[in-house]
Parts: sequence; structure tokens; C-alpha cells
Amino acid sequence: MNMHNISWVRQDIVAPSPRPPGQGGVMDWVRKNLFNGWVSSLLTVASVMAIAWGVMAIAPWLGNSVWHAGSLSECRQILDGAPGACWGVIRDRWTQLLFGFYPTALYWRPMLAFVLLFAALAPILFRGLPQRALWFSAVYPGLAFWLIWGGSLWLPVSIYLGFAVATGLFSIAVRSGVGLAATAAIVGAALWWLYATPALVEIATDTAPILLVPVTSRELGGFLLSIVIGVSGIALSLPLGILLALGRRSGLPLIRMLSVTFIEFIRGVPLITLLFTASLLLNYFLPPGTSFDLILRVVIMVTLFASAYMAEVIRGGLAALPRGQYEAAGALGLDYWKAQRLVILPQALKISIPGIVNSFIGLFKDTTLVMFIGLLDPIALAAAIRANTNWQGIYWELFIFIGAVFFVFCFGMSRYSQYLEQRLRTDHRWEECA
Amino acid sequence: MKTMIAIATVTAATLSAGLASAGTLADVQTRGKLNCGVTGGQAGFSAPDANGVWHGMDVDYCRAIAAAVLKDPNAVTFVPTTGQTRFTALASGEVDILARTTTWTFSRDVDLKFSFAGVNYYDGQAFMVPKSLGISSAKDLDGATVCIQTGTTTELNLAEYFRRINIKYEPVPVENNADVQQKFLAGACDVISSDGSDLASTRSSFKNPQDYIILPEIISKEPLGPLVRQGDDQWADIARWTLNALISAEELGVTAENADKDAAEADNPDIGRLLGKDDKLGEMLGLDNEWAKRAVSAVGNYGEIFDRNLGEKTPIALERGLNSLWTKGGLMYGLPLR
Repeated sequence: MNMHNISWVRQDIVAPSPRPPGQGGVMDWVRKNLFNGWVSSLLTVASVMAIAWGVMAIAPWLGNSVWHAGSLSECRQILDGAPGACWGVIRDRWTQLLFGFYPTALYWRPMLAFVLLFAALAPILFRGLPQRALWFSAVYPGLAFWLIWGGSLWLPVSIYLGFAVATGLFSIAVRSGVGLAATAAIVGAALWWLYATPALVEIATDTAPILLVPVTSRELGGFLLSIVIGVSGIALSLPLGILLALGRRSGLPLIRMLSVTFIEFIRGVPLITLLFTASLLLNYFLPPGTSFDLILRVVIMVTLFASAYMAEVIRGGLAALPRGQYEAAGALGLDYWKAQRLVILPQALKISIPGIVNSFIGLFKDTTLVMFIGLLDPIALAAAIRANTNWQGIYWELFIFIGAVFFVFCFGMSRYSQYLEQRLRTDHRWEECA
Repeated sequence: MKTMIAIATVTAATLSAGLASAGTLADVQTRGKLNCGVTGGQAGFSAPDANGVWHGMDVDYCRAIAAAVLKDPNAVTFVPTTGQTRFTALASGEVDILARTTTWTFSRDVDLKFSFAGVNYYDGQAFMVPKSLGISSAKDLDGATVCIQTGTTTELNLAEYFRRINIKYEPVPVENNADVQQKFLAGACDVISSDGSDLASTRSSFKNPQDYIILPEIISKEPLGPLVRQGDDQWADIARWTLNALISAEELGVTAENADKDAAEADNPDIGRLLGKDDKLGEMLGLDNEWAKRAVSAVGNYGEIFDRNLGEKTPIALERGLNSLWTKGGLMYGLPLR
């Protein structure tokens, strides 16, 4: 055996040779992607024709848009027989589509609540913000309630104090057992809300009247209503869904049975049935004279509905975790809640993100179903606007506007979920380049 | 077991006593607002304008009640109801009165336990076709495709009518009125069948209304009226006699403008009674004697309400027809206020 005689070693890199003729470039891309065989060519031609036909049909209609008109007949006069969109209806009614019958002078209140919503969401949605900002997120629901419905500031304050009472009782009684402490906390908070709150609100309002003009639920409508129902439904259904998913996998038969029954019952019933129950049946069951706010009833029903779906989405995430993760958490000496909080849920929720956001988007769009129980969501308002003799006969413009606004919200949620998936990706899965 | 029954009986009795003791009138006056169930939007009957103020026949009737009972025609909360929710909303007390283009039928009055206050619009189901079809009678509609709204009495009336005159047709059920119009304009059906007032207002919204005609046949009776819960006769009386006062006001020539002046000067004893000058009719109702005067001053008499919302000066341009006064060949007949 003798060593090879290395007589020549290449020192420089070979210059790339030009690609063979006919490869790369625009023409090649077109040939590969659009005209790759006769089926592909046929489909390409058909698609181009369909798109061209669609554009030709819609372009003159959009191109002739009329923005300055007070009624459909005025639009038609301006257009003089030509096809054209009559956006005058949006110009005339956009505030109504956004706010319903909310008093015009008070529009700043829901708008402020909407802007603050993002401030409250930011520390939850994005990293890199100080933990202290979460305090604002906790205060936000009460603040938004006060801004939108008005009345005395002391009502939401007193409701928050109920939570403080519950926490206090819990921490006092926790030494004699978690179950007892939880019961004491719940009973204490309920008693506080039932008996202390009305008196406290009255006294506090008399001594320090911090009041906003009250607005009734009937005056809420349009996208304001959709967002109120959608956001509260989303915010409440996630924690409830997590609890239900854990309950369904719990080792305690009673809790498991209750969770399974709840989830299967709610999933087996259409949302519209629950809404009818909220709006009609409850009126018969509740003692006469109780005025239990319709929007609150709807929010509760929508939340219950969404949480059942959420629970199943999250259960899917839990099921995807290998058993070793549970065992490892146990081996570290973590108790049930610590194991869930530190090991299981962070992974399970990460897996479930697409499903969770899917449910959120579905829930937000489902809020339009409230039109069937007589609440004026954007779709119901469109019907009401059409019933005005000025705008009777208008159709597409209203739906296009409503669709566009819904798209902005849903697309935003979808993009955020993709950002979140990117951010949380810690493994090295192979993925298609997006 | 016996104690259980006793407890249940006592509870039920307390509940029903609670229900019966608080009359609707007292409730409304304590609340200071009238809750009035209307449609979420039907041209000429109830629809909000750009400022969120409601207008229409049914809306004006509710304002008249509010003016009579609460002395303020604007003290009304309009509760939009759908075809499905309207009766439960009334039965459960969510609304005090329902003025929602509701046909007065036997089963609604008797079986659903409501009291109708009268008829504020006599309607009937009719047909609309494009002129180009060259048809002048519903009897020529053999083989036609008919667009109808689902879940209404329209469907049943149509089936019965065509079976009676023995012609074939193809129904195209559509969910709501706006979609019916779109389908019809797109040529998906030859005929629309709906209430006459609805067809007239639909036609008025078309680009070329003159290209469509409403056929002369009226195939059903649709007396539309406001209704209240059965069992509160005082409230039903207020609803019934406010409607009658509006019709009587037209008979007597009392309008929103001259109601105040007539109250002081009228020689006609009928006008005097209506406007609370002579008799004490209002007190018998549990109101004050100027209740009807306020109602008429607020919204005008029946004719004025009709003209403002549906009449020839509006884009809907409906003729009075059956809704003329009985003295002019119609069915509107104000019961004597005395």
C-alpha cells in the first residue's frame, strides 16, 4: 500500500456554466407551470377566460361607482341607464352599519373601547412587552363595559371587588383544602355580587358620581354588536374550552362525565337553537319582570357553544402529545396543575393554534346569526336599510361592504395565527416554504 | 308528595298573581317607555332612517299609543322582531304591543292567546309579472315558475289557489324578500307572489317599474293589525280604541294640524267627544281625556298616516283601495266613540 501521489489540487472554484438553452426564465416558468401538457394548457386557458369574463362583468359596474347620492333613484338618474355601483348607500349609512343606533354624540366611547382593545391584547399577543401591562388587560373588560354601556363606574368596580373577595376567601381557606376554599370563594363572590354590589354602587355613586350617559343594549347594533359578541365569546371560550378539554381527559369520573355530556350536548345542537333558547325560552323560565339583558344572554350562549368546539380542538392537541411528556412531568415531581401549566398545555396549545384560530374565525362570523332573534347585526341592518324607501332595491353594495369588513377582521386573525406558529416553532419539522 | 304539590301550587299561584296584578298600562307608565314590536324592516310599515329614527305605518301606530299613554310620541322603544320571534316576544312580555304586519287569523287570536286591536291595513296576496310575458290574468299562469318567500302563509295560499283553478306551477322558495327581488330580476322566475302592498313597494324599487304589472287577482285576505296579550282587557281596549280614534279622526276631518283648534271650537259633538271636550271617555280607559287628541296631534289621523308612509306621494305610491273610509268605498270604519 502506498499513498496516492497528489499531483494536482484545484485551487479556484469552477465558474458556473450558463444554463442550457430553454431552461429558466419567464418562458420556462410559464411552460412548466401553466402549459405543462394539454390538460394543464386547457385549464389555464379556461381559467384565464373565466377571470377575464368576471373582470369584464364587474369592472364597468365598479368603474361607474356613484358615491354622492341620497337614494337609489338618484343613483339611477346619475348613471342614466349605465351599470354602476351605488355606494351612496354606504356613505349614507356606514355609521349605522358600524354602530347600529348608538347615539351619534357618543361614538367616541365604542371607538375608544376598540382602540384600547388592542392595547389590552398587545401584552397577550406579542412578546417583549413588560409583564405589568397585563394589569391593563385584566382591567380592560370592565372598562370596555363601562365605556360601551355607560352608567356608573362603580358597577364594574364593584364586580371586580367580587373577584377580590373570592381571591381573599380562597387564600384564607386554602389551608383547609382546595375544594373547600374554592366553594367558599364562589359562594362569597356570589353573595357579594347579589347583596353588596347594589348597595355599594348606590352609595359610591352618591358620594362620587362618576357617570357616563347610559346606552341600552337595544341601541347597540352593526359591527359594534358583532365585535362585542365575538370578542367576549372568544375571550371566554378559550379558558372554558381548556378546562373542558382537561375535564374530558380527567381521571375523576364525575368531572369526565360532566365534561363529555356538556361537550356532546352543545355540539349536537345547532347554534341557532341555542340563540332561540336565549331569546325566547329563557323569558318563560325566568320570573316575570326579570330583565336579563338580551346581549348578555346571547354572549353566554355563544360562549358555551364555542367552548365545546374549543374543548375538542384542544383535546386534539393534548392527544398529540406523547405519553412520555406526562410521565416526565410526573417524574419531576410536579403536581397535576403545575404539570399542565408548565409542560403539557404549552405544547398542546401550540399544536392546536390553527384549530383554535379556526374556531375563533368561525365564531366571529357566526355572530351574524343573531339577526334571527331580532338583534340588528350588520346583515339585519342591511335588511332594515333596504326597507327604507330611499334604498329599497339595493343589494350587492351593502353585502360587499359587510363582507369586506368581515374579511379584514378574519384575515387579520388568520395572519396573526401564522405569525404565532412561526414564533413558537422550536422543532425542526420539514415544512413547505410558504 | 302532598307538600310538594302544595308548594308547587302556591308557587304557581304567586307567579300568576304576580303576572295578573301588574297591568300592562301600569307597567308601561312606570317604565316611561312603550316597548313596541315591529318588523326589522319592511318598506312603508317600519324601517329606520339614517339617524336611526323609525318610520312607517306600524311605527306611527305605536307612536300614537305612546302619545296617548305616556304623552310623548317618542317614548317608544322599537324592538325589531322576526317572523319566528314575534309571538314569543309578545307572549313573554318583552314587548307590550306587537305591530308587525301580522295577519289577524283565527288560530293566532284563539290558539296563541292574543287579542287583535283591529285592522290597520287590509292586504291580500297578489301576483306580479313582467309585461313582456303578455299576461293579464293569473288564470294564464299555467306552467309558470313562481318565486315565494318560505315559511309564510303565501305558500299555502298559492298552492290552494292554483289547485282550485286547476293549473300547474313550479314554486321557487326563497329565503327573504330581497332575494326574491334579485331572483325575479335575474329571470329565475316568471312571477312573484306576495302581499299586494309588498309587491307595489317592490315594483317601485325596480329600475323600470313600468315594465312590470300586478295582476288583478287577489287570492287571499290578509287583514294586518296590531295585537296584545290576551287577558289584559284594559290594555287591549287602549290599543283598540286608539286605532279607532285615528280612523274616526279621519272620518271627522280632524288632522294633526287642526286637532288643537278643533278641541276648543268644534260644534260637532262627535269631534268634542274624540278630543275630550265633552265626555270623559279617556278616564274610562284609565287615561286622561285628551288621550286621543294627543295621538292625532302626534301622528295625524289614519289617512295622514297612510299618505305619509304608503300613499301616492311616496315612492311606494299605493292607492287607498280597501283601506279607504267606508264612506268612500273602503273598509275603514271607525267604531263610535261615545
